[in-house]
Amino acid sequence: MADTASSRREIPGTPIFDGAASRRGLALNTMCYSFNKESSRNEFHADPDAYCKKYGLDNELTAAVLDADVLALIEAGGSIYYLAKLTGILGWDMQDVGARQSGITREEFEARLYAARG
Amino acid sequence: MATILGGITTSHIPAIGAAIAKELEQEPYWQPFFDGYPPVHDWLDEHQPDVAILIYNDHGLNFFLDAVPTFSIGAAEEYHNEDEGWGLRPVPPFPGHPDLSWHLIESVIDDGFDVTMCQDMVVDHGFVVPHLLLWPGNDRPVKIVPVCVNTVLHPLPRPDRCLALGRAIGKAVESFPGDEKVVVLGTGGMSHQLDGERAGFINREFDALCMDAIVDDPEWIANHSILDLVEKAGAQGVEVIQWLMMRGALLGTVTELHRNYHIPISNTGAGLMLLENTR
Repeated sequence: MADTASSRREIPGTPIFDGAASRRGLALNTMCYSFNKESSRNEFHADPDAYCKKYGLDNELTAAVLDADVLALIEAGGSIYYLAKLTGILGWDMQDVGARQSGITREEFEARLYAARG
Repeated sequence: MATILGGITTSHIPAIGAAIAKELEQEPYWQPFFDGYPPVHDWLDEHQPDVAILIYNDHGLNFFLDAVPTFSIGAAEEYHNEDEGWGLRPVPPFPGHPDLSWHLIESVIDDGFDVTMCQDMVVDHGFVVPHLLLWPGNDRPVKIVPVCVNTVLHPLPRPDRCLALGRAIGKAVESFPGDEKVVVLGTGGMSHQLDGERAGFINREFDALCMDAIVDDPEWIANHSILDLVEKAGAQGVEVIQWLMMRGALLGTVTELHRNYHIPISNTGAGLMLLENTR
């Protein structure tokens, strides 16, 4: 059975970054891709709101970026690989990103990782 | 003819690169992970491969969403690491082996795998971290042929196609008119998920099944769909398709010489395996 978008089963809590998501999120991901360059990161830091506008993000999406609302950014078509460049320049690592999405503290998230040892 | 000495699987996550840069290898958090590597170093010292075929996935450095090749093979004289945006300092370049790269490209396309050819590609942590782990320091003792797999934008390649492309790569190496000794690196994994409410998902039991299967029964993994792998190994745990490709390239008798597994390294179950290939 092909895992095409139209027939795909849902895996709870697990976004699939596919064509539909990539169409929604192209501007957002383009902005995040720009953060590979230090000059772009500096420009973002100097005026985050203006930087989002420069990449064509609307007010709602800009608010999600400024708030680093990862789940909302994924819903808007952000790919975690590109969003990681945004959260990285905010100084977050992947435990911070994970905790934020699960609505738990970093310590609770780390405990979840350790619990996987069984 | 060139020969494939064996295959190695290893994690490639950026936090490992940061730990190496900060010399944290013997800190309690990192020691159980790094202590898995000396037996692999010894094997590499003993066998002195000339070339590493490095199978990895780009995470948004060389490829953006404007054009996403499913499979791509590097054919550059050398490969440069660049800033990925989160503070990992770029390391010096890595030498390529364009003769072998072009032979692989010609051979696998003739075999029906329509890969993308890259005469210039910058490489991210998915390429760099395995090299730093296997050949610590700034030495560049092997030439690299990078093979890059799309794991960013769905649809991803079917796992059985990854295994089959691996076999085509193995066949290509064995028909290369040189005396190169080659090691194949399957990087990434194991189970982990970075995005969504299920972030932090690690599946120790499935990882153990994959480590066993990669030795004796790679078809067991290959018979999963991508979505099956997402469900069982997490959204980014699909990187095990790179392990499958590595395993496919080992066309002889495969013997497991070493393994190490540790939870957690960042958000992952980290698996290291050394497989010897005897023809």
